[in-house]
Amino acid sequence: MVERRPLGTVVTHLILIAGVAIIALPLYVGFVGSTLSFGQVTSVPMQMTPGTHLLENYKAVLTSGSTAGSKAPVGQMMWNSLVMALCIAIGKIAISLLSAFAIVYFRFPLRRTFFWMIFVTLMLPVEVRILPTYKVVAELGMVDTYAGLTLPLIASATATFLFRQFFLTVPDELAEAARIDGAGPMRFFVDILVPLSRTSMAALFVIMFIYGWNQYLWPLLVTTREDMYTVVIGIKRMVAGGDTLVEWQLVLATAMLALLPPALVVLLMQRWFVKGLVDSEK
Amino acid sequence: MEKRVVFRSPWLPYALVAPQLAITLVFFFWPAAQALYQSLLIQDAFASKTQFVWFDNFVALFHDPHYLASFRVTAVFSILVTVIGLALALLLAVFADRVVRGATVYKTLLVWPYAVAAAVAAVLFVFLLNPTLGVITHLLRALGYNWNYLLNPGQALTLIVITAVWKQISYNFLFFLAGLQSIPKSLIEAAAIDGAGPARRFWTVVFPLLSPTTFFLLVVNIVYAFFDTFAIVDAATSGGPVQATSILVFKVYQDGVQALDLNGSAAQSVILMAIVITLTVIQFRFVERKVQY
Repeated sequence: MVERRPLGTVVTHLILIAGVAIIALPLYVGFVGSTLSFGQVTSVPMQMTPGTHLLENYKAVLTSGSTAGSKAPVGQMMWNSLVMALCIAIGKIAISLLSAFAIVYFRFPLRRTFFWMIFVTLMLPVEVRILPTYKVVAELGMVDTYAGLTLPLIASATATFLFRQFFLTVPDELAEAARIDGAGPMRFFVDILVPLSRTSMAALFVIMFIYGWNQYLWPLLVTTREDMYTVVIGIKRMVAGGDTLVEWQLVLATAMLALLPPALVVLLMQRWFVKGLVDSEK
Repeated sequence: MEKRVVFRSPWLPYALVAPQLAITLVFFFWPAAQALYQSLLIQDAFASKTQFVWFDNFVALFHDPHYLASFRVTAVFSILVTVIGLALALLLAVFADRVVRGATVYKTLLVWPYAVAAAVAAVLFVFLLNPTLGVITHLLRALGYNWNYLLNPGQALTLIVITAVWKQISYNFLFFLAGLQSIPKSLIEAAAIDGAGPARRFWTVVFPLLSPTTFFLLVVNIVYAFFDTFAIVDAATSGGPVQATSILVFKVYQDGVQALDLNGSAAQSVILMAIVITLTVIQFRFVERKVQY
């Protein structure tokens, strides 16, 4: 701040606190709702202080799901979401590292074509090609499998670009020194390039983990069995049972469980999260 | 930019790009080509009769009042989400930039909505604004305002706009804050010495210097409103009431997956692809300019 204005400081803090409070409101009300009994959560107006049914509700959804709507236990769905998020994050990083390495450190026919082909995938989000992609996955027999859930989302132009940008900043002397010392390309990649890319990998991991965990449309299409649902889909299936039957305390407990892992990743790895967000948009 | 030092191998580079290329071909190019091809055909749901009809599907779409209505809804929706989302995020970022003590605390408390899945956010807002149980509905009733988004189209649109803005606000906030922090303090100090107050400094110095960030966020937010809001619509309103929230992405899904109109849905996919490609090109053009800037 340029000048000192006590009143200005007070107004600044008031506006920020109001912003934080408004943004936190749905989370707070959702949390309170998840600690109440069915009778309490459906009474109007709902109480605004946490109730005493927290453990009961969370244990109920984790082990046996809701009684209306979807009956699959949320514990299994959390596991599916975790597998999906990890496969997508690690898979994207692995295949992008390899292809970026090839594109930056080799000269070969079709290099430009390959680069262009990867680039174009930026323009084809899953939302615009859902049905044909679903058909391909169905023909490959990958409906209701982890492979079907993750493989179509794994190709990423963003990650390839990020690594390409980073590799271009790595000094040429390192590759020269490695060559003089007799290291082949793969040795150079594993012993020098990968360790140097650690920060970029961490940043990307945070972004891609959240991306994978929060996927909605694709798992909705590709999972038909309840034991393959991800937790985000599970919530939707619980609400779909009709307005009067919705067990809101269980739905909200599931919502809290669904947002906890990615929120923790963002809060605990905030530095990398911000770096990843900014880098992947360049 | 190219590397001076390169490795040589007749097969290794192909092996390295193979995994990514294979996935790209199988899950991107093949389906996209299928969508293009399907959009030029008419077939019944069991694929027993197929007829090549050139652009009839597209012509039919642009004569379909439902599809045109969906275009209008998408336009209104994305303008609202973009303008409201950017304005609120800029307001918060400007004030967060002024804070000397506790800035990281505010930042932490403002970034977490990014981690919440769109569908989960939609469920939280549906609970908050539920016609019978909602906490806010109750407050609105007490004020004499009747809120029922299940019956009122305008209110349904309001619900998905609020949810979409809420979900995107942390992203916009982070980019605005980074943009604000990269503005040299000396410029602002010079303006202050010349007697410009905070509001004047913002509109004549800070806001013009922030325009690259603003433009970038404008494009990103339009893309977000067009494509990433499917989960919000599906989980909150399912396109209703009377198609009032049926945005283009949702309509592709509804017509293709639920109504099984494969060709019409494919034609809609192709139109959406054209929109994404246009937006991506605009974004990249702009990014190139920013690098030189």
